[in-house]
Amino acid sequence: MDDFVSSFWPWYIFVIVAGSIIWLFYLVLSQSHGVKDKDHKIEPTGHKWDEDLEELNTPLPRWWLQLFIITNVFGLVYLFLYPGSGLFGGLLGWSSADYRDTGATGQYETEMADADAQYSALYEGYLKQDIATLTADKDAITTGSRLFSTYCIQCHGSDAGGAPGFPNLRDSDWLWGGEPDQIKHTIAQGRIGAMPAWGAVLGKNTRDVTAYVLSMSGKKSSGDLDIGKEKYDQLCVACHGADGKGNIALGAPDLTDNRWLYGGSARSVEKSIIEGRNGKMPAFGEFLGEGKVHLLTAYVYSLSY
Amino acid sequence: MSIQKSAETNVGVLVILTIVVISFGLLVEIVPLFFMKSLTEPIDGLKPRTALEQAGRDVYTREGCYVCHSQMIRPFRAETERYGHYSLASEFVYDHPFQWGSKRTGPDLHRVGGRYSDEWHRIHMINPRDVVPESVMPGYPWLDTTPADASDISERLATLRMLGVPYTDEDIKNAPKQLEGKTELDALIAYMQSLGTTIPAVR
Repeated sequence: MDDFVSSFWPWYIFVIVAGSIIWLFYLVLSQSHGVKDKDHKIEPTGHKWDEDLEELNTPLPRWWLQLFIITNVFGLVYLFLYPGSGLFGGLLGWSSADYRDTGATGQYETEMADADAQYSALYEGYLKQDIATLTADKDAITTGSRLFSTYCIQCHGSDAGGAPGFPNLRDSDWLWGGEPDQIKHTIAQGRIGAMPAWGAVLGKNTRDVTAYVLSMSGKKSSGDLDIGKEKYDQLCVACHGADGKGNIALGAPDLTDNRWLYGGSARSVEKSIIEGRNGKMPAFGEFLGEGKVHLLTAYVYSLSY
Repeated sequence: MSIQKSAETNVGVLVILTIVVISFGLLVEIVPLFFMKSLTEPIDGLKPRTALEQAGRDVYTREGCYVCHSQMIRPFRAETERYGHYSLASEFVYDHPFQWGSKRTGPDLHRVGGRYSDEWHRIHMINPRDVVPESVMPGYPWLDTTPADASDISERLATLRMLGVPYTDEDIKNAPKQLEGKTELDALIAYMQSLGTTIPAVR
């Protein structure tokens, strides 16, 4: 109760609550007496309308009255067991979730502790196994696929097939490497891919570079390949490599495999060159914890091996 | 004349007595909340929204996002596993009004900040099915071409300051500058990326 700005408020609540309960008890009991006169006729209240329309003071039916009493007793018992009276937290020590006065067992903390007790051994068992072993474990992969459906499908799709700008995880093509450790790093720490915008630098030569990039995977596009190669060797080679095979340390894609994150049409490739691209995989390590990241890694790894 | 009699014969008295009776619930359940620290004091590290985020919030409200998305993670394991730490009242003290919502057609958004990239939000807002084929969310493509309304952003921040959000004079003066060249979608994304990031992203 030290959450209140002054000790007045718990008392304020208590007085109103206790006063109401007492008042309600009084009200119910005061109505419970028989109001019949000596001849067992029901007394009139004395209200009379339209000359002969009398209001009688008929007592409540017994069962109804008893329901009111039971309700009052229930309320009273409840206020002893659970927080609500203002002054004390109830005999059961219940709380929905505590964050200021730590130590109390909140309902949420109990639920989390129960789940931890149930699953921590399972996750510890999984953590001891390496990814390749887990890939063969049907239960682990099923759990992994369910985790994937909760946390990953928004970008990578429910079939892990990706979307333009969001990598397909089913193929064997990896921007940041497809080994278990690399996948795990990607999930836990996230990745930031940055393709700078070259439009201003290249000017009218963007078409030539586009043609050259497309020619690496055997596609044709209008543009001067020689100029394209010259510009490529100056500007693009640092990340994509002289042979266009990319660099997984930078997340620079392989340009020779005819697999395109942002689309492989001349128009899309030219757009990537002119405007640049900023791909971002958010970091999930802190949020999900080691065990879940491990299972997700196994699931993602299992998709392409 | 007894109270009983006057309540039965004078409707005005009856109305007043009825209000007195039902006000006890209000007095005991609502009034004390205004005097609880955990509900009225900002959590450590809570910052007033920037002008851009606030403009995004106004777009969020205008488009009725709260009709389908809540911003209230309840303290149940099923929710915190998916969304992150349950919502704390002290995270909402600068929200006027808060956007808790009351129904989830889409997921809760209280901790959506940082969960997706800006680029994802951009694609998703223009046409949600480009990234989530199963989505039933409508697209909001016009946000991408509508400039963020800077004409009264200073007044909006000043109004919030009146309600207790600690904006400085400088914040208010510089607000329109922050919106220069920004679209409503930029503002909305900035707002969403700020959501629920005051406390760490653990469950």
